[in-house]
Formats: sequence, C-alpha cells, structure tokens
Amino acid sequence: MCLGIPGKVLEIQGDDPLYRTAKVSFGGAVKEVSLAALPEVNVDEYVIVHAGLALSTLNEEEAQEVFDALEEMAE
Amino acid sequence: MKFVDEYRDGAYADRYAKAIAEAVTQPWSLMEVCGGQTHAIVRFGIDQLLPDSINLIHGPGCPVCVTAIELIDKAIDIAAQPEVILCSFGDMVRVPGSTADLQVAKANGGDVRIVYSPLDALKLAREHPERQVVFFAVGFETTAPVNATALLQARQQGIENFSMLVAHVRIPPAIEAILGAPDRRVQALIAPGHVCTVMGDDEYAALAAKYHVPIVITGFEPLDILRGIHMSILQLEAGAAEVQNEYKRSARDAGNPVARRMVDEVFDITTRKWRGIGAIPDGGLCLKEAFASFDAERRFGLVDYSVEESTECMSGQVLQGIIKPHECPAFGGRCTPEHPLGATMVSSEGACAAYYRYRRAAGTGD
Ligand code: SF4
Repeated sequence: MCLGIPGKVLEIQGDDPLYRTAKVSFGGAVKEVSLAALPEVNVDEYVIVHAGLALSTLNEEEAQEVFDALEEMAE
Repeated sequence: MKFVDEYRDGAYADRYAKAIAEAVTQPWSLMEVCGGQTHAIVRFGIDQLLPDSINLIHGPGCPVCVTAIELIDKAIDIAAQPEVILCSFGDMVRVPGSTADLQVAKANGGDVRIVYSPLDALKLAREHPERQVVFFAVGFETTAPVNATALLQARQQGIENFSMLVAHVRIPPAIEAILGAPDRRVQALIAPGHVCTVMGDDEYAALAAKYHVPIVITGFEPLDILRGIHMSILQLEAGAAEVQNEYKRSARDAGNPVARRMVDEVFDITTRKWRGIGAIPDGGLCLKEAFASFDAERRFGLVDYSVEESTECMSGQVLQGIIKPHECPAFGGRCTPEHPLGATMVSSEGACAAYYRYRRAAGTGD
C-alpha cells in the first residue's frame, strides 16, 4: 500500500506548483505524475512515486551506501 | 529497472546474511512495521536467510487491513446511492465489511471503480458534474500528501461533486501502542521508509528514547531490509537505542516539507479505530473544518456505525505480532484469499495473504 516506485523524469509540464506534472518512466512504462510535493525536481532525475504523486528525489550517492557498507566491513 | 534490480542481488544478500549471523550472540525479536516489507520478506525468503535466533515479527503496517469495518460498511452504503461513483484503491474492494464487500456492492448495481490515484477520482468528478464522486481515502502518512493534493485542487477549482471518505491512519501512535504493551516482545523496529520519506524521523527519535529500542528507517528491497536488520542487530548487541536511517536515498531527516505542509493544511490528527486493534488516540487523520464540505460522511449523513468484529478471525493478534498467520486455526481452511475472513488475508500486503501465497506449500510459516 505504501508502495513507492522509482522512475525517471522525462519531461516536466506546467508552472502552477499545485498542478505541475511530469512524465515519468518506470522501466519503460510512462505515466503522468503530479509534482505538487516536489517543486525542485529536474529532468533525468529519479523520483519515488506513490499513487500518482512524486514524494522524493533519489540521491545517487546515498543509493551506493548499501553496497559500500559491505565493502567497508570486508576491509 | 534502476534503483530496483541492484537491490535484489543474491550475492550481496548472502554477504549481509553472513554479516548478520556473525554479529548475533543471542536471540532477538525485531518487528518490521510496514506490510510492504512483510510482503518482501516472505516473497524473497529473507527470514529464511537469517539465523534461527532472529525472530521477525510482522507489524500492523497495512492500511487496508486496519481500516475499520464501519468505514467499509459506510463505503458500501455510499456506493448504493444512484448518483454516486465510488472510487477506491484496488486492494480495498475485496475487504469484507460486516455483511458484504465493495465488489458485492458493485454486483448489486453500485458504480464502484478502482483508481490508481485520488487525482484520477478528481478527474472523474470534473468529467461527470452530474454525479457525486467519492474517493475512499485509505492510507498511512505516505498517502496523505496525494489526498491533500486532490482536495487542494478540488477546492481551488470549485469542484463540488467530489468528496472523500477518510480512513487515514498514522504509524507512530500504533508503534507506541505496541512498544508500550506490558507483554511486549519487540526489541527493535524496522521503520517504514516511505512514511518517513514524507514525515522525517523526529517522531521516531522520541519513541526510541522513551522505550529504549533501536529504530532503523528502512527501504523495501531485499538488500535494504537485510541492511536494516543488520543495523538493528548491531545496535541491540551494543545496547544502543537510536534512530538510524538505512533509506537515505529517499528519506531525509525532515521528510518532505512541502508534502507535510499540504497534509497540515488539509488534515487534523484524530483518534481512529483500527480493525483488530481498537481505538488508537491520535491514530488517524480527519479533514480540517475548512474542508468539511468535502467530507463524504457529512455529505451523505452517515454517523455512528458500530459493528462487532468476528471472533473467529485473529488478525488483531497477527497485526500486533502476537501470533503468526499459520497459527490461526482458520488459516488456509475456512480463510483463504478467495474467501477471506479478515482483511489481512485480502490485501497483498497483509501477513496472512503473504504467508498463504508464498508459504502454504512449505506447510508452515517458519
Ligand atoms: S488467517 Fe484469516 S481468519 Fe485467521 S487471522 Fe488471518 S485473516 Fe483472520
């Protein structure tokens, strides 16, 4: 239910913050998503989308952590 | 898919499992709060990678499962009105109310539609000004911002034939009820990454300190969950009780401030009845007075439904981690996903449905 799916922002439309939308690709399937909660996102960034609303921008550096933590333990 | 596939890598999963096994010196019980995590744990067999001394307790984090029977009955009564289009997330339409579910309401002529987003329901309201469009707003903090967005848009555009039947629930008070129970078994919490993506971590810091439990905000992929467990175990073994964040790629300390502001503008905190658990103070959200005209309960004059819950279904105990699904006598016999007795057997994130789907062949849930 709290499923949030990562997708890539392809295109952003609109100026009014409450109605801005983006075309987001989820592994090839493209959906229109509201940006009402994410005013600062850019094209090519990845976002977490839940029920049609983008909730966060994914941080690429932090995304590496799950692997880096293991490498550090191994050292 | 990027940000998904790499977190399902079996070799990395084995390395985390090994690191966990090396860190453990005594038995520990951890609860994953969120049903999405329960589903992933059972689906990918994450619990089976862990040493026997680690017990994963499945928590109450499935909003579909905890929506009170009274609200489902209300949704059914609303759907029976001829002018109404009742919109709901798909998981909700097969959850049993006191005598029927929304699928039955639809078979009886109600216009019940499954939508992906409340914004789709709002679109239906725009397209059908002669109908009353009602969205059954079920969800945790994760879902509150999109519902707030829909209502803010409806108010600004003056869409009067749109309303919400609000069933919103909040995670921290439910966690507090579990941590404060006298016979509590939970020693650490795997906290829900998407709730925290919206809300941030401050409510959890207070809980970790008050009940002296490690709380690790965790994502939903197998490697996330394994890492969340590893971080919890390191804290438990060291006697620590802090909030840590495994899911930093999405969940920031302050959450999403824009989303929180929208939620605060539309919703107030209220006492809410959780199915199988009972009334939880501050356990839900309701519409603020300024949005009362969008409240479906008021619009359709529905008040004071009261229903006794079935005594056969033990989902309340499943939701609180007191029993595992297969320990319920009805599991897999009188109760199956085709004929569910309780909501935890309906929603794909309910613990009973996850065990039925992935564990029945093995005979047990262990
Ligand atoms: S198996 Fe069915 S009856 Fe038993 S607790 Fe789960 S949902 Fe309820």
